[in-house]
Amino acid sequence: MKRIKTIETRNLKNSAVTGGCGECQTSCQSACKTSCGVANQPCEQKPAKGSR
Amino acid sequence: MVHQFKLGGYNIVLDVNSGSVHSVDDVAYDMIALYPEYPREEIISQMLDKYRGRPDVTEDELGECYSDIQALVDAKKLYSPDEFEKIAALPKPHVGTIKALCLHVAHTCNLNCGYCFAGQGRYRGEREVMNYETGCAAIDFLIEHSGRRHNLEVDFFGGEPLMCWETVKKIVAYARERERECGKNFRFTLTTNGLLIDDDVIEFCNREMHNVVLSLDGRREVNDRFRKTLTGQGSYDIILPKFKKFVEARGDRGYYIRGTYTHFNTDFTEDILHMADLGFDQLSMEPVVCPPDEPYALTEDDLPVLLEQYEKLAFAMLERRRAGRGFAFYHFILDLEHGPCVYKRITGCGSGTEYLAVTPKGELYPCHQFVGDPKFRLGSLSEGLTNKELQAEFGKCNIYTRPECRECWARFYCAGGCAANAYHATGRIDRIYEYGCRLLKKRIECAIMLKVAEFEEENSHKE
Repeated sequence: MKRIKTIETRNLKNSAVTGGCGECQTSCQSACKTSCGVANQPCEQKPAKGSR
Repeated sequence: MVHQFKLGGYNIVLDVNSGSVHSVDDVAYDMIALYPEYPREEIISQMLDKYRGRPDVTEDELGECYSDIQALVDAKKLYSPDEFEKIAALPKPHVGTIKALCLHVAHTCNLNCGYCFAGQGRYRGEREVMNYETGCAAIDFLIEHSGRRHNLEVDFFGGEPLMCWETVKKIVAYARERERECGKNFRFTLTTNGLLIDDDVIEFCNREMHNVVLSLDGRREVNDRFRKTLTGQGSYDIILPKFKKFVEARGDRGYYIRGTYTHFNTDFTEDILHMADLGFDQLSMEPVVCPPDEPYALTEDDLPVLLEQYEKLAFAMLERRRAGRGFAFYHFILDLEHGPCVYKRITGCGSGTEYLAVTPKGELYPCHQFVGDPKFRLGSLSEGLTNKELQAEFGKCNIYTRPECRECWARFYCAGGCAANAYHATGRIDRIYEYGCRLLKKRIECAIMLKVAEFEEENSHKE
């Protein structure tokens, strides 16, 4: 694509199939303690084929 | 839903429901915006008109760009539908499972910070510290309620947790013993003002603590405005050498130097850069949490300044990264490829359900920010979780139960925001703290921009 470059991202819909284990860090346990943000928390599962 | 924005010289298109991020040129940027409203021919006609005189903008070229957009729509990477509401309506996976505790080992503090949301560590109660038996009971409670979860988290919090350091060490030793028996993995964190850091603390934390959060507000005069000792002395000169020694000894292990900004330092980027110049490279800076009538509360007039500051910070980080002097800012960290799954993005921090705060007496609250408010007491370590109704209310909160989140492009990045902030702003945990939302949206835009810049720079090197 000449005018559009797509950055590789985790596909949220696919993550509904593979995700939900709950092993990831609770967001408030890292640095915030006063505001919520989840996007910076890494997933604990190793990337699996087709998980994107 | 698509969110488009221009920042740092990049045209960025976020497909909200798939999480796809596209870096596009001006023409594609405009065409994507027009796509839902107009048919192909109308869009091409409008583009030919707008970009008249540009040799690269021909009918054929525009037709090709339209086909590319169509291909992304077909691949559900643009204007993809939100198909997650049904997941949110289902009972949560692992319902009743608790995985994290904020352990208030000390409701007392050796600093007297003017803006403290915890009332100088007392949380509207008396000064007290947790005893070893209560700490062990909390560890047992967490294991007992953790179901099949392997990774369990305990944050030693206060007040100032180093004021009962020997108890903290003993609780960690007890948890290590129990984790071996139960097949669990404890991740400990410590949040400290730094005053009591010594070699023993450094050695123990670097062995046992997954992360340490060290409180510093930035420049000396900014830090010392609020972060004073009990005798009124600024804490900067006392804690800085300790933090430097601690971080140096920490090697690759996680830490954050964490500050708070207020109405009095809306130029907080200077504070973050100051901390980076001191040699710290994992930084966090949070807006103050306080009633709106406090003189240091952030105001409506501050907001445009704050939004500009986040952009300024992102540009400064970009420059420093290019110069090999990069640092991490907590709210700009974004793992696009391997970030959280949609379950987490819908339900958020888990306060009141999988995350609880424990007071020195062993009382349970949905999180540290609700401690001391009797309406939010969930039970205690000895009684168990008795306020099931309140817990269910927290369990119901997700991005689809908050009307404002349904239409928000950033909903999968904040997961509906902080229940405590929402409660303090609106009196309800299932609403939003709108001021915080506006800050968060800017932070997410900056974080995505930094990712796009990284991607574009890597690509240009390859070319």
